[in-house]
Amino acid sequence: MKKITIPAFPGNKNRLQLKHKDTLIGMLFFLPWIVGFLLFTLYPIIFSIRLSFNEYQQLPGGAVMDWAGFRYFNQAWNTDLHFKLNLSNSLLFVSCATPVVMVFALIIAILLNTKFRLRTFFRVLFFMPVLIMSGPVISRLLSKYTTDFSANTPQIYQFINNLPEVVSKPVLLILNNLVLMLWFSGVQILIFIAGLQKIGPDLYAAAEIDGAGAWEKFWKITLPFMKPLILVTTAYTVMTLSNYTNNAVNRQIRSSMFLTSNLYSLAAAMSWIYFVAIILLLAIIYLVLFLFGRRRQRA
Amino acid sequence: MHRSKITIVENKAKGIILGNHSKDGLLKAAARYLVLTGIGFIFMYPILYMVANSFLSPEDLADPAVIWIPTQLYWDNFKKAFQVLDFWNGLKNSLLVSTVSALLQTLSTSVVSYGLARFRLPFKKLFVVLIVATFFIPVEITSVPRYVLFYRYGFVDTLLPSYLPALSAQGLNSAIFILVFFMFFRSYPLAFDEAASLDGAGRFKIFYKIALPLSKPAILVSLLFSSVWYWNETAQSQMYYGNKFPSLMHRLTEFGSRFASVMKESSSASTTPTQAITLAATMLAMLPMILFYLISQKQFINSIEHSGITGE
Repeated sequence: MKKITIPAFPGNKNRLQLKHKDTLIGMLFFLPWIVGFLLFTLYPIIFSIRLSFNEYQQLPGGAVMDWAGFRYFNQAWNTDLHFKLNLSNSLLFVSCATPVVMVFALIIAILLNTKFRLRTFFRVLFFMPVLIMSGPVISRLLSKYTTDFSANTPQIYQFINNLPEVVSKPVLLILNNLVLMLWFSGVQILIFIAGLQKIGPDLYAAAEIDGAGAWEKFWKITLPFMKPLILVTTAYTVMTLSNYTNNAVNRQIRSSMFLTSNLYSLAAAMSWIYFVAIILLLAIIYLVLFLFGRRRQRA
Repeated sequence: MHRSKITIVENKAKGIILGNHSKDGLLKAAARYLVLTGIGFIFMYPILYMVANSFLSPEDLADPAVIWIPTQLYWDNFKKAFQVLDFWNGLKNSLLVSTVSALLQTLSTSVVSYGLARFRLPFKKLFVVLIVATFFIPVEITSVPRYVLFYRYGFVDTLLPSYLPALSAQGLNSAIFILVFFMFFRSYPLAFDEAASLDGAGRFKIFYKIALPLSKPAILVSLLFSSVWYWNETAQSQMYYGNKFPSLMHRLTEFGSRFASVMKESSSASTTPTQAITLAATMLAMLPMILFYLISQKQFINSIEHSGITGE
């Protein structure tokens, strides 16, 4: 990115003062973010950390915090019957759905990138979920009775179910939630199409002259060009998937927010555990992408 | 001659799955349509299911012979759903939240990123890092403290819990819009600003006379996506003002219990909605967004392309 230099101002009798004034105006522009960040992001984060380590009590005279140490983390991790299960289910969902979304979005983007008659129609179609994705709509539309494909084909279900659990669990998860996962790919498809259009056709032409087939062109031209976009959209995908309102952990966190026995605190502890888990997952995904990219370069 | 034809066919066959920039072969086009229609069908299956099933009358629902196509267009489901959703009131609340929040969010993110992109600010890099970092903070972490904060100042049960963060660039996915605007404001030449300031324009005038008009695609992205995301967000707003300003989506969330209470008032026989009525309600709650999409689909789809997210 290019460096921005201060625009030259006319009549530079006191440049320094003008510079200061300019910075001041810049800060004025930026001020809403600073205020908002302190009030609605930083303060809540600190407050949430405090909540997770303290017992919060709403007394008539005001709120009181009592130091509780790791009690709520312990409760979430060891005592709570559902939390670990919900957490692992949600993480499994995110880690299965991310590659599905990315690969699917890339395939659809490539298919939609050439001119053909129904192109606009299909673009409109695949972007549609972005507009209707909301918790209640998904829980009405994507529940068992509309999307369970494995129930209609018991042979396939049986076959997959008999495989070792390491394989069968993610495969069944993907099959059962395929539509839901695909619905997360609307934005990514359009970003990829925009990226694909930036690749000059002369590159492909040159590759063809050198005898490259579609397969080589994809791995040697398309993918390297798309790499930065893939890196950015992966982060976006992971975050939208993990913030998905109906996912098991988020639902549990929300339902335990207002429990009178441990008002806010347990939910805060859970959400921090979830946050750390998601960041770790993101790190792992980037590590895999990085290693994959290095291997491809060598090959 | 003959050999080259064979290789062409081979190449076409190879290109089926991946496709490329060159002209479509017949085989390839057919394959493309087949794949797209197939995936499109899976994609749209829940929607099709909803449309078909929302018209099923109670008799059709009981009839095992009726699976997809209703024997009649049974509008009663929609009448009931319309009544239970209290559609017009819900629509009003939904619009009130999504349009105002989108406007505020666009205003704040554009102003903020102009300050960041076109001035020499202290700690600029730190600010950029923090903005990106806010994108990775799950809403579940901030929602309780925000609730406590809003509660303390009596903002619960007003729309301010949506408006205030939007106004200070901390709304839904604000970080994305800040970065989009940031890229736009960085990309146009400094000479524009210099020329304007030579003509005596102040920084604020330069902002709304030059920077904003040059960033129309970014404004469009911000307005469209903000309104969609605010329209569809339920979990947080339910806490803050779900009882006072229930939007269509809030009402859909609690459709079952709402149905029971409305039907009890009118002393109707059944207090649980049939699946058809629930689907009709889902369709009604989605309808404004779908209509909005059909009108503005071109802008939506082009907006991402022109948002500069792919880098220039």
